Amino acid sequence: MHDLSVAELALGLRAKHFSSTELTRHSLARINTLDTHYNSFITVDETGALAAAAQADARLANGDTSPLLGIPLAHKDIFCTEGLRTSCGSKMLDNFIPPYDATVTRRLREAGTVLLGKTNMDEFAMGSSNETSFYGAAQNPWNTQRVPGGSSGGSAAAVAARLAPLATGTDTGGSIRQPAAFCGITGLKPTYGRVSRLGMIAYASSLDQGGPMARSAEDCALLLNVMAGFDPLDSTSSERPTEDYSAGLEKPLAGLRIGLPREFFGAGLEANTHTRIRDALALLEQQGATLVDINLPHTELSIPTYYIIAPAEASTNLSRYDGVRYGHRCEAPRDLHDLYTRSRQEGFGDEVKRRILVGTYALSAGYYDAYYRKAQQVRRLIRQDFLDAFTKVDIIAGPTTPGPAFGIGAKTSDPLAMYLEDVYTLAVNLAGLPAMSVPAGHVEGLPVGLQLIGQHFAEARLLNVAHQLQQASDWHLQAPPEANV
Amino acid sequence: MRWDVVIGLEVHLQLATESKIFSGAATQFGAEPNTQACAVDLAMPGMLPVLNEQAVRYAVMFGLGIGADIGLRSVFDRKNYFYPDLPKGYQISQFQEPIVGRGHFDIQLEDGSVRRIGITRAHLEEDAGKSLHEDFHDQTGIDLNRAGTPLLEIVSEPDLRSAEEAVAYLKTLHSLVTSLGISDGNMAEGSMRCDVNLSLRPAGSDTLGTRAEIKNVNSFRFVEKAIHYEIERQADILESGGTVVQETRLYDADRDETRSMRSKEVANDYRYFPEPDLLPIIIEQSWVDSLRARLPELPRAKRERFIADYGLSPYDATVLAAQRPLADYYEAVVQACGDAKIGANWVQGELLGQLNRNGLELAQSPVSAEALAALIQRIVDGSISGKIGKQVFEAMWAGEGDADSIIEARGLRQVSDSGALEGMVADVIRGNPEQVAQYQAADEARRKKLSGFFVGQIMKLSKGQANPQMVNDLLTQQLDSASANGDS
Repeated sequence: MHDLSVAELALGLRAKHFSSTELTRHSLARINTLDTHYNSFITVDETGALAAAAQADARLANGDTSPLLGIPLAHKDIFCTEGLRTSCGSKMLDNFIPPYDATVTRRLREAGTVLLGKTNMDEFAMGSSNETSFYGAAQNPWNTQRVPGGSSGGSAAAVAARLAPLATGTDTGGSIRQPAAFCGITGLKPTYGRVSRLGMIAYASSLDQGGPMARSAEDCALLLNVMAGFDPLDSTSSERPTEDYSAGLEKPLAGLRIGLPREFFGAGLEANTHTRIRDALALLEQQGATLVDINLPHTELSIPTYYIIAPAEASTNLSRYDGVRYGHRCEAPRDLHDLYTRSRQEGFGDEVKRRILVGTYALSAGYYDAYYRKAQQVRRLIRQDFLDAFTKVDIIAGPTTPGPAFGIGAKTSDPLAMYLEDVYTLAVNLAGLPAMSVPAGHVEGLPVGLQLIGQHFAEARLLNVAHQLQQASDWHLQAPPEANV
Repeated sequence: MRWDVVIGLEVHLQLATESKIFSGAATQFGAEPNTQACAVDLAMPGMLPVLNEQAVRYAVMFGLGIGADIGLRSVFDRKNYFYPDLPKGYQISQFQEPIVGRGHFDIQLEDGSVRRIGITRAHLEEDAGKSLHEDFHDQTGIDLNRAGTPLLEIVSEPDLRSAEEAVAYLKTLHSLVTSLGISDGNMAEGSMRCDVNLSLRPAGSDTLGTRAEIKNVNSFRFVEKAIHYEIERQADILESGGTVVQETRLYDADRDETRSMRSKEVANDYRYFPEPDLLPIIIEQSWVDSLRARLPELPRAKRERFIADYGLSPYDATVLAAQRPLADYYEAVVQACGDAKIGANWVQGELLGQLNRNGLELAQSPVSAEALAALIQRIVDGSISGKIGKQVFEAMWAGEGDADSIIEARGLRQVSDSGALEGMVADVIRGNPEQVAQYQAADEARRKKLSGFFVGQIMKLSKGQANPQMVNDLLTQQLDSASANGDS
């Protein structure tokens, strides 16, 4: 049952081959036995899941044919879930039970999905390896000595290990695409503003974007159909109408112009990964696409630019965690200053503190012009690079990451080396573009991800290209060796 | 040494929107603590601000009221600092690109002279909550009802030169914003809070001295007193050879002094940057034009109209036009009673007097404009005298009913029956032969004076109900004829 696609699961439910309750019990059983190896869940909500499954079964019995009705899924623990602990991977929110749903979780609840639980993540989504989680790092199902990527590592691991057919993720600098690549699944970061950020705990407001994670582009499209759309409660969400992201999947690729940025295929790209990416591109070429070399000249500036803007926004987004109204509060504070400093000192991990300090510095009087303002200027140049490129090509493709999943602990002592992991993904967030990571084979038993970048609001086109690739390959169908420990 | 005083004011004006500037919670004053704070106001994780369009409309109306440039594009920024009543750890404000640019309005001083005061800018921002230090032994309570209430911060140029000018500025501003209907202007409830920037410089100098900022002065009277104190303090320092420290000070009304706040507050680096959760406010010129077309009559124009149409004195017109509720009340009285001048006297005299004595707002007046107009009509048509009218007004104030029923119930209708009055006059003349003799001996000028005695006696006899004009006529008639008789 856990190898079926979401479309197949939905057919099975409607044909009464199995009930949502049976499907949910199956998923919960797999989580109970297997997740001790992966640590992909922070919270499993067995009671809630079974109640939701029973409701879904009742709706199914009434002939309700909502596409995701009765399908189990997992939410990254950054999406607020009413009545269910939402920790954001942090000790700070270890005790936080939201009295409200995020727009994304509400939409998916109303669509009849069954929430299995909340997945592991880097603390406040700050990290590329899942190792900054207060709940311990999640492990890569393909090799539990390797990281699953981050920050949506728990979601990627849960989908890869077939614990859940669908999961939500968020992507601020690559946090959907990089773990999708590392875990061999399909992940889509939509255009900034396509998916509501309400109730999605903020890391860097101008970059954060929620999106679907699944085994295939087809499944991602089904999840995006429910996630996407204007939200009057998120001022940055787009009023542009959504489309049926499943409708155009079968479109042939003939005439598609794919741009390959020279900057994505340079010295930093590991050789075997390079080969896998070229193989995948060749498959697209066989289907009628043309490959065109392009330049994105400001790519290398995306790392310093991102690591000013994101920490700057984070430093103030995280000011609300002060021990006054909710979240961690230190024992017996002596006075206000003590309450603030000890609550935050105890509640936040090192990487979060590092980014708060960097961001605070970048916004300080006397440094603002040199850092934050300059970074915003470079951000516009990076965006312009893409807009220029899209006058010549329809989509842009390249590797998602420089190499496959690295070892747990390999980069924790060197934050800068960790930041370099995001070199191919950051520019997309700075430009607000949609992008995907799609499985493209393996290097030494570890998955490699092909990144596809589209024009603003071209999610349907990206899913179409990814789906066509997946019709011509079986990389996305390959499962990690069960409980390879 | 003689000093010139340089004052600039920053006023935080609460806008009279139903809901908060970035959330749907209500803004009503005086609710139980924390009953008007939603997840957005509490800065719960994942919550986002959504701008209240009414706040933008009010800000633009203010800009139009002071002839300012309206920022067709304005931007919200985050002002970062930690405080328990600031849930997000930042205040959403406008820093670089405010919604209202440079403007001005005229203030009128006691001597009748008019001065034009520049407005540097006005910007939208959210209010913080309140820290409550009473009732929580050694702890501080936080009430977030006020958090997120829309504020318009109005910054003046350093154009004010005295406490008197500062107060006149605030009164004019108060009158402007209440006339526009964008704020209730209730200072006691904190709807209008004032920071005073003050410095001294040698008389005639062009260079600004070092200023001190006095925070949160919340009444006209305190503004006046705080400025007087601060002028003296700075002059003492400068005259003894010292230098004024640029700092934030607090006015302590109980001790009537300003005190330095911790210097740490002054050294705050607010790390302003554009609020990424909100898009820039983009305003269409056509929208601004439509607001301009629908702008209510402003106090200055109203005052001119009161002088021209109602024949009021400039002073009366200023008082009655200053506050929209009072102006509306007055105009309702005039419309119903038909006499603008008597109406003005009654509204300014009896009505405002009673309100002041009882510490009430106009809206709380037990006597409506229509009820007052009905009373005035009884005076105009001679049913009662002005003096009895005051008695009737007091009874109306006490809730005894409308003018007619009070006049009826108390039998206050003016005696205009000449037969009855003639009898009374005759009685008084008969009963006071001594005064009559004096009167008859007196010359014309003195007679006028002496007749007052007789009028008083007759009024007493009639319990104030005698028609004074008729009494006068009859009295003169009878006294004169009495003297004519005596001569014969």
